[in-house]
Amino acid sequence: MLKGLIGKKIGMTQIFDEQGVAQPVTIIEAGPCFVTQVRTPEKDGYAAIQLGFGEVHPKRLTAGELGHLNARGLAPMKFLREFRSKETANVGDKVTVEAFSVGERVDVVGTSKGKGFAGGVKRYHFAGGKKTHGQSDRHRAPGSRSSGTTPGRVYKGSRGAGHMGTDRVTVQALKVVMIDPERNLIGVKGAVPGGKGGLVLIKEARKQ
Amino acid sequence: MADIIKALEAKKNENIPAIRSGDSVSVHVKIKEGNRERIQEFKGTVIRARKGGNDESITVRRVASNGIGVERTFLLRSPRIDKIVVERHGEVRRAQLYFMRERTGKSARLKQKFDK
Repeated sequence: MLKGLIGKKIGMTQIFDEQGVAQPVTIIEAGPCFVTQVRTPEKDGYAAIQLGFGEVHPKRLTAGELGHLNARGLAPMKFLREFRSKETANVGDKVTVEAFSVGERVDVVGTSKGKGFAGGVKRYHFAGGKKTHGQSDRHRAPGSRSSGTTPGRVYKGSRGAGHMGTDRVTVQALKVVMIDPERNLIGVKGAVPGGKGGLVLIKEARKQ
Repeated sequence: MADIIKALEAKKNENIPAIRSGDSVSVHVKIKEGNRERIQEFKGTVIRARKGGNDESITVRRVASNGIGVERTFLLRSPRIDKIVVERHGEVRRAQLYFMRERTGKSARLKQKFDK
């Protein structure tokens, strides 16, 4: 069966394991997801499974989205995401947190919190200027951006201030520490990108 | 969403009474040695008590042999804690008793406070 789920980050807490050690755990409300489309190499050039998640009023979807789901006899779903997978699946198949088991490793994809226009110190961990010795306005300055007359310009891709956050971020090989099929909850050890309520994707770990 | 997390958190240990800074306590900790499980006591003064449901904790300070101070922080919802006994209350005027770290001998005592 496909090992992939779409979920919502609930928040973090600490849970005690059998040894009584407190573990930092992120709780994700994931699934139930439904297979909405199967991509095949013959037809689409690649193998993937599209999953849908989240109840939504039909009025909230565009005609295209609604038609895509109606044609397959599926209920309206808020989020559709593809998971690259060569597994066989049929449209309408249900995927729940039971696809994963405790102790397994998973990759979690989320959208990081937005930081706005951030300076080099926050964005790239630049050291900034000296804190003392007569400094004024140089505390969080980036320093030199490039060399002098040669090359006479700033190389493209140089690090500097700019927009930070709201990026797609994957955290690899998080351990699954709890599963609650009744409430569709899955708990992974460690932090997950994004704020509470953010959309996250859970996949089988690439590096086991 | 907060309710979902609350439901997952550890239950309150009924063998732990209300604890305040300055209390002299005896913490009974379960220790696993191979297959055997025994209970170890840790006696000392509470120099810090943090509330906060699932994350509540206390820090207990004890002066071991040779006047070496030992501090241990216990998570009150941990399954490792068997029970906690409050032996006496100390009269203190602040919540964090970090000044106890500089005190030794007679000055490291707290005046007893009796329940009204």
